[in-house]
Amino acid sequence: MAAKSAGSPPSRVVLVTGVSRHLGGRLARELVGAPGIKRVIGVDVIPPPGELGGAEFVRADIRNPIIAKVITAAGVDTVVHMSVIATPVSAGGRTSMKEINVIGTMQLLAACQKADSIRKLVVKSSTAVYGASPKDPAMFTEDMEPKAMPRSGFGKDSVEVEGYVRGFARRRPDVTVSMARFANFLGPRIDTPFTSYFQLPVVPTVLGFDPRMQFVHEDDGIDLLRRLTLEDHPGTFNAAGEGALLLSQAAHRAGRPTLPLPSPLVSAFGDWIRRSRIVDFSPEQIRFLSYGRMVDTSRAERRIGWTPKYSTRETFDEFVAVRGINRHLPAERVEALEHLVAGALSRGGGA
Amino acid sequence: MTEARIIPIDGERPRRPVKKAVAPQASAAPAAAAPPVQAAASAAAEPAGKPSPALDIKPRKRPVKRPVAAPASAEAAPADRNADDARVDEALHEVLGGHPDGMDWDTRVARTLDFLRRRVTGDFEVDDFGFDPELTDRVLLAAVRPLYSKWFRVETRGLENIPDSAGALLVANHSGTVAIDSVMTQLAIHDHHPAHRNLRMLGANLVFQLPVVGEVARKSGATLACNADAERLLGSGELVGVWPEGFKGIGKPFSDRYKLQRFGRGGFVAAALRARVPIVPCSIVGAEEIYPIIGNVKSLARLLGVPYVPITPTFPLLGPLGLVPLPSKWIIEFGEPIPTDIYPEGAADDPMLVFNLTDQVRETIQHTLYKLLMQRRSVFF
Repeated sequence: MAAKSAGSPPSRVVLVTGVSRHLGGRLARELVGAPGIKRVIGVDVIPPPGELGGAEFVRADIRNPIIAKVITAAGVDTVVHMSVIATPVSAGGRTSMKEINVIGTMQLLAACQKADSIRKLVVKSSTAVYGASPKDPAMFTEDMEPKAMPRSGFGKDSVEVEGYVRGFARRRPDVTVSMARFANFLGPRIDTPFTSYFQLPVVPTVLGFDPRMQFVHEDDGIDLLRRLTLEDHPGTFNAAGEGALLLSQAAHRAGRPTLPLPSPLVSAFGDWIRRSRIVDFSPEQIRFLSYGRMVDTSRAERRIGWTPKYSTRETFDEFVAVRGINRHLPAERVEALEHLVAGALSRGGGA
Repeated sequence: MTEARIIPIDGERPRRPVKKAVAPQASAAPAAAAPPVQAAASAAAEPAGKPSPALDIKPRKRPVKRPVAAPASAEAAPADRNADDARVDEALHEVLGGHPDGMDWDTRVARTLDFLRRRVTGDFEVDDFGFDPELTDRVLLAAVRPLYSKWFRVETRGLENIPDSAGALLVANHSGTVAIDSVMTQLAIHDHHPAHRNLRMLGANLVFQLPVVGEVARKSGATLACNADAERLLGSGELVGVWPEGFKGIGKPFSDRYKLQRFGRGGFVAAALRARVPIVPCSIVGAEEIYPIIGNVKSLARLLGVPYVPITPTFPLLGPLGLVPLPSKWIIEFGEPIPTDIYPEGAADDPMLVFNLTDQVRETIQHTLYKLLMQRRSVFF
């Protein structure tokens, strides 16, 4: 599966959906001028907040058949689907979110199937497809089925999106289909439910559970998507930073105290917090906050040679440092306290 | 409690190890203040003052306070040095677990504070399975050390059958209503095996469903009993412990004690074959008697969704007091490893071989149990 070498004149036309969101916009900018790429077209329902740096923006809704016209008119050969979203509030509610995710994907894939110019499809998916349950293996590989299907929200959407993508791959065997299942993104600029969760003054957790979590740095995520777009790597790949952080550990690294609540209370708290628009947090996250999830990324390393530059811990620490999260309990102060106590005790006890 | 009376073959045996386990700690507590380094130093010079600052590291600050105790250990010196050192080491280890007396107070305080600081700031490592080695050693195992040495007076045999580094699968009998036997086995290997290995246990999914229990299990190195996890652990050279009887083993009535139940479906053998690691049979005697099950409230168990609700002679009769386990005397014997790398590649897919190996492991453990029961003089000594 060698990378398709860039021919003499750049000829490829790439369409990126969800380009007005942080990752989509970033990927579009990075693809401009990449070897072999002639045009980059970004699609979204709202205009991008910043410059797309040479990429063209087309205001179109992927839920609308008009997307087929965009694809044929521009002779798009590669579609990067980044428009599966996890945050109901930003989408305008859960119903609208489901429509964007599922109906949007269906329309987009229908358009792709009709377009003869399509050679490659890259889909940004999520490790949420594995669900979260006490019966989970410690690490999910790409071939494993979820032990408990995600029943609602983003996880369920992702499962359905992947289902449609597999269907598309069957019907168009000539198209290279790559799917990347990302763990939770963190980074200096990206906004996800978890970035706002860790910025709460007190981090609510599920009483009696301390889940393992993985994070992936936005730079590493963009790197993988860029390579899937430029090179040929058919298949599904897990993507996450190396190593695990426990939820309590992560909260403490951010200098945040945790507030363990019994799980029914966490749901209620989650509802309230979502309604008050502090954190875009959906109820299905409760299972994740109870049982956690880890994925094995060795396939991406073996087949693509992709190794994340940031481990889970480094990703988190950088997020904390760059976001300037106001630590309630800075590590330095705790250390100073330790020395103080140790000093006092040794003077008292050693005498 | 009846088969214990069968034949008191070697009546002499059981008492000694009890003393060995308890006596040195009591008398070694003062000696522990003077670690091996100091014993050498005080043999030459009188321990008054501070002879050489190089030797005077943190662990001693008390020689002045205990001038009587220190020379005493120095006098016992050259001949007994090795035995003494070993005992001091053992005592030290014991002391680290929980005794406020013994090791230098400053060091203990410093270590504890350092530990607490890193907990508060999240500055520690867990592996992919959620195992937290430091928490396990300093808190979780420390909490059960007294139970191990004082209450059950666990005696271990055949620790040399556990490899020092490579992967191995330890298979043991399960008993005792509450799965304390797995904790004791983990502690036995962690504290007394020369390589101080961490036993990575495989647990039922009910364990990980329960709040607190699941969290503690993961942090102490356990993971779900499934082939994926077993092979991942064995493949990375870990020592994995499995109790294939599961709830059938710990929840069986007292009248069935020491009768091995069905050994699952032999999944553990397949995992060992695929990872090509030896199987170490492990027999635990004593755990059966800690909470003798004389009844099982099946209807309540169904209602609660748990495998059994035990009635023991003391529970629920005595309320919370019934939760105190009976102080039976334990023996954990690790048997000779059964190699799996002598079988060809793909042997794990041969059900006949898997069944045969499962039976072989089961029989080995059952016979060792009978042997140990014959040697045991009584349930409590």
